[in-house]
Amino acid sequence: MRKLDNFFLKVASGSYGHIIKRDDIIWWKAWGIRILSVFFALIVCGFVTVSLTDLNPIEMYVTMVEGAVGTPRLTWNLFQNTAILLCVSLALTPAFKMKFWNIGGEGQILIGGLATASCMIFLGGKLPNGVLIPIMFLASVVAASIWALVPAYFKTRFNANETLFTLMMNYVAIQLVAYFTLEWSVPKGSGTPRTLEFGQLPTLLGQKYLINILVVIVLTVLLYIYLKYSKQGYEISVVGESEKTAKYIGINVKKVILRTMAISGALCGVAGFLLVAGTDHSLKSDTSGGRGFTAIMVSWLAKFNPVFMIVTSLLIVFLQKGASKISEVYRLNSSFSDIITGIIIFFIIGSEFFINYRIKLARKEKNV
Amino acid sequence: MEKNVALELKNITKTFGSVVANKDISLKVRKGEILSILGENGSGKTTLMNMVAGIYFPDSGQIFADGEEIVIASPKDAFQHKIGMIHQHFKLVDVFTAAENIVLGLEDEKGFDMPKYVEKIQKITAQYGFELDPYKKIYEMSVSEKQTVEIIKVLYRGADILILDEPTAVLTPQETVKLFKVLRNMREDGKAIIIITHKLHEVLSLSDNVAVLRKGEYIGTVKTAETNEAELTEMMVGKKISLNIERSAVEGGEDRLVVENISCINREGVKLLDNVSFSVRSGEILGIAGIAGSGQRELLEAIAGLQHLEEGKVIYHNPKTGEEEDLRDRTPLEIRQMGVRLAFVPEDRLGMGLVGNMDIVDNMMLRSYNKGQSLFLQRKAPKGLAEEIVDRLEVSTPSLATPVRRLSGGNVQKVLVGREIASSPTVLMAAYPVRGLDINSSYTIYNLLNEQKKSGVAVIFVGEDLDVLIELCDRIMVIGSGRITGIVDGRNTTKEEIGILMTKSDAACMQEGGEGENA
Amino acid sequence: MITTIIQRAVMQGTPLLFGSTGEILTEKAGHLNLGIPGIMYVGAISGVAGSFLYEQSFASPTMINPLLAVLIPFLCSIVGSVLMGLIYCFLTVTLRANQNVTGLALTTFGIGIGNFFGGSLIKLVNTDVPSIALSNTSNAFKTSLPFAEKLGWFGDIFLSYGFLVYLAIIVAVISSFILKKTRMGLHLRAVGESPETADAAGINVTKYKYLSTCIGSAIAGLGGLYYVMDYANGVWSNNGFGDRGWLSIALVIFSVWRPSLSILGSILFGFLYVIPTYIPNISVSAKKLFEMLPYVVTIVVLIITSVRNKKENQPPAALGLPYFREER
Repeated sequence: MRKLDNFFLKVASGSYGHIIKRDDIIWWKAWGIRILSVFFALIVCGFVTVSLTDLNPIEMYVTMVEGAVGTPRLTWNLFQNTAILLCVSLALTPAFKMKFWNIGGEGQILIGGLATASCMIFLGGKLPNGVLIPIMFLASVVAASIWALVPAYFKTRFNANETLFTLMMNYVAIQLVAYFTLEWSVPKGSGTPRTLEFGQLPTLLGQKYLINILVVIVLTVLLYIYLKYSKQGYEISVVGESEKTAKYIGINVKKVILRTMAISGALCGVAGFLLVAGTDHSLKSDTSGGRGFTAIMVSWLAKFNPVFMIVTSLLIVFLQKGASKISEVYRLNSSFSDIITGIIIFFIIGSEFFINYRIKLARKEKNV
Repeated sequence: MEKNVALELKNITKTFGSVVANKDISLKVRKGEILSILGENGSGKTTLMNMVAGIYFPDSGQIFADGEEIVIASPKDAFQHKIGMIHQHFKLVDVFTAAENIVLGLEDEKGFDMPKYVEKIQKITAQYGFELDPYKKIYEMSVSEKQTVEIIKVLYRGADILILDEPTAVLTPQETVKLFKVLRNMREDGKAIIIITHKLHEVLSLSDNVAVLRKGEYIGTVKTAETNEAELTEMMVGKKISLNIERSAVEGGEDRLVVENISCINREGVKLLDNVSFSVRSGEILGIAGIAGSGQRELLEAIAGLQHLEEGKVIYHNPKTGEEEDLRDRTPLEIRQMGVRLAFVPEDRLGMGLVGNMDIVDNMMLRSYNKGQSLFLQRKAPKGLAEEIVDRLEVSTPSLATPVRRLSGGNVQKVLVGREIASSPTVLMAAYPVRGLDINSSYTIYNLLNEQKKSGVAVIFVGEDLDVLIELCDRIMVIGSGRITGIVDGRNTTKEEIGILMTKSDAACMQEGGEGENA
Repeated sequence: MITTIIQRAVMQGTPLLFGSTGEILTEKAGHLNLGIPGIMYVGAISGVAGSFLYEQSFASPTMINPLLAVLIPFLCSIVGSVLMGLIYCFLTVTLRANQNVTGLALTTFGIGIGNFFGGSLIKLVNTDVPSIALSNTSNAFKTSLPFAEKLGWFGDIFLSYGFLVYLAIIVAVISSFILKKTRMGLHLRAVGESPETADAAGINVTKYKYLSTCIGSAIAGLGGLYYVMDYANGVWSNNGFGDRGWLSIALVIFSVWRPSLSILGSILFGFLYVIPTYIPNISVSAKKLFEMLPYVVTIVVLIITSVRNKKENQPPAALGLPYFREER
């Protein structure tokens, strides 16, 4: 490892060659590199799995596929999980496009979920579902929006570091939710989260999760249109590319930052709403299950494009499901899937370098 | 070979691509001498000195130090030969103290001993008459103090040959006087000093010899004592070259924009614009000449609503309504909403005027995206405009969907200027619109400006090439250190006249400098 | 009772102190390593694995050599953490990947490794022990000074801890000294403030970034080791380490990037953590609100430093930004 590391140090310092930024890369080459990196990652994952279990690699991948789409229930599960992860990724994307590092998705989701759950508890039974559900939706969107506006306000007003601020807000939200979960648990303080009877999202065509999936599909289309075809989306791009240009053409940069973070938070709120009202029917501090963080990678790997995000979120959920199947079959710990996810992401992250840069070897240069 | 020659350059040539930055230049500087390298912007002064400092490597030619030929491949090599350069852009760590910055990157013989370093720094400051608190943080410092840190950094490393790139560009007259005093002290100590400058009075009051460069070529070296401003100006700007840029007569000629007594300051409180007043008329091109960084950028940005003004007014005469409106401290959006049709081609094309990562169509939208009530973008009109500009201005691009950062400089500029004039402005401001452009693209831009002028637009053209200014502009306003030093008629002025106006800005400083010498 | 509170606050604070010292060193070189929580898990599990295998090599765990019992997990922990640091560095420095994305992936990966091996170690080595309980190794880690008990409250507050607690403080003090008073520290800070300037001054930016991240990771990993070997009596439980990794990052902000301040900060955070236990009649849920306090306090500190805008209290200027010389 040291030796290898030393090698890369030398590469980086130009001893072996120069690193040149590519002007442009043809799309199929870029995607070729990405697919190749996933391929290499799968090989490494294969090695890891084989060394920990006595599976042969082929069996391993078959087990993975079975785990992800083996039965209709699993397939629905896969789509449901993909939808929620996609929803959070969509939520973070406008902020990222603006170069505002909102890593507070986790907290924003939970606050959305908390708002939904409180409506379900306090208004449940008093209002018909037809009225309750819209109120729940609205409450979660507003609450999460406000939660996201706090760091945005301090960024625009005092230039407080948004990465650190949003990160810290996550844990405030987690503890807040933990508090209410305990308060509301039956019996009180036991930690068994209360099942929320009222205001559950309806099942469509006999499918419990279909409505979640539909909502996220609609959101994907809307966000794609918003970013690409709306004036506000255009302003986000300009602010993200160059604040100087934004000011030059008269964009109110602070307003755009606040507005965009409100949207980002609102969409996280939707994810929280879907998780509590449409999936779990309960609220726990791990309701969001790290999706606020995973979504950062999904959005970034998809180059902030909502359509690519469908692919990246599906890939990650597929791997997670597949890997948990392996751990289930071989009675390994369920965290096995995190290791696999981690390895794949490392490879994809690393591959971006080869898309953006060319390495010109020193040896070649001498020949020229 | 003379014995006390500290540094000698022989036949140095350097090209960047097809541009010859330095052509066959030979120079020498002796110990205990101050040599000025004089030349206009873009004459190759900084490039030449960067080769001595190890930033660039010459294509051909030789460098001698103390009579021996040396090879300078990196800044480290330069230091080893006791050559130190103080660049225009300081490289300092803001939250560090002066002393910490000065010793940064050095290696210790035995242990890290800040008091010892400070002692050595204080010895240097005392020896040459610097004023510096070694424990002061950089972010608390004025530009002049930061420059002092940079100079001491070089001296601390034992440099005997000091190169200063435009050292007075950022200084107040009083600070300039102090700097010159220090430089003279160093000369007494036997250091060889090279200063890159284009300010004549500095050359005359400070240096022993002057080497003049023009457009990358070496014109000659003269003894300061045996020359005068007129001779130096002529060497610097050269004989007039005819460019055959067309110039029509001014029609209309009513005041469009009247700037009254505007002033602005930067964060350090230095005046960037000092009581500037002038007017631009419809149907004329007003040229603005001046050394780079004399306040041109601030002036245009003040009019465009991007620069806060301490005082003064920017009055716009609306040709439609006949009303007068003050644009001071309005945002660009407010200015547009007031019905002021102001077009602005900024100096920083890809950082400000355009978004490099967006394609031509989306860049066209920058100005117009907000039109109408719809929440959505209207891409049809900008696409038509993009096609028209690409077609009419002969922008060479693979497609309309190509990000503009991948176009060549000339094409980028055509896109930007094309967009700005598309809004049928009444005032058009262009900062260095032909910088870095080839001849053909430059003429395209001149023609566009002339077209605008003929259609009654008040055009402000900030330029650096005096020949162009003289042939293109109806009137030329000269700006120096944030003040207007004169407005001349483009049809009967000379390069010398403008050259002298450009450098006369701080005449006061020259006198003070003289006093400093006596003291 | 006060002595016990202080004792427990220190013990709660120690993993955070290791984590924040490591993260400060990394951030001072301009790298926001959000992989620290993962690295701390790996530091813990590497130590556990080393010690588990060592204990398993004896017929009875009581036969182990106390010195080796400490040394083996200690070294394993460092090796594990440094490997994690190398992954981060290789991706962010050499391959210029985004720091936030890489860090978060590293945390997913690291927590995965920790929980996976924590849960599967027994199965993987085919032994018949019911769970990982390294009480003998833990005792070696917890050995405190023999005369501590005789000194009453003084001994309890200052001398009653295992050696890792003192090591955490010593490391923080040394880090503080290095950052402030040595040339290495000066260069390291220059790299984090302005890599261009550092590069122009002849400092090897890449070398400093690698060094600070790897050493920082090693230190942070010891926080995980302390938690499992000393605080948790050698018993591994999945996710037992909780959000201490993120608390460490909070502590970095709270102590405004000063390791010396984070010694006090860690004890304060630890104090906030243990205090609800000593409040009579407090409900389980209210405890959660107390656990929220360190983060709230950190946010307040972040706001105050931004409002006051004092340069010394800001994050390193180039934090989170990549540096490529070619684009100079």
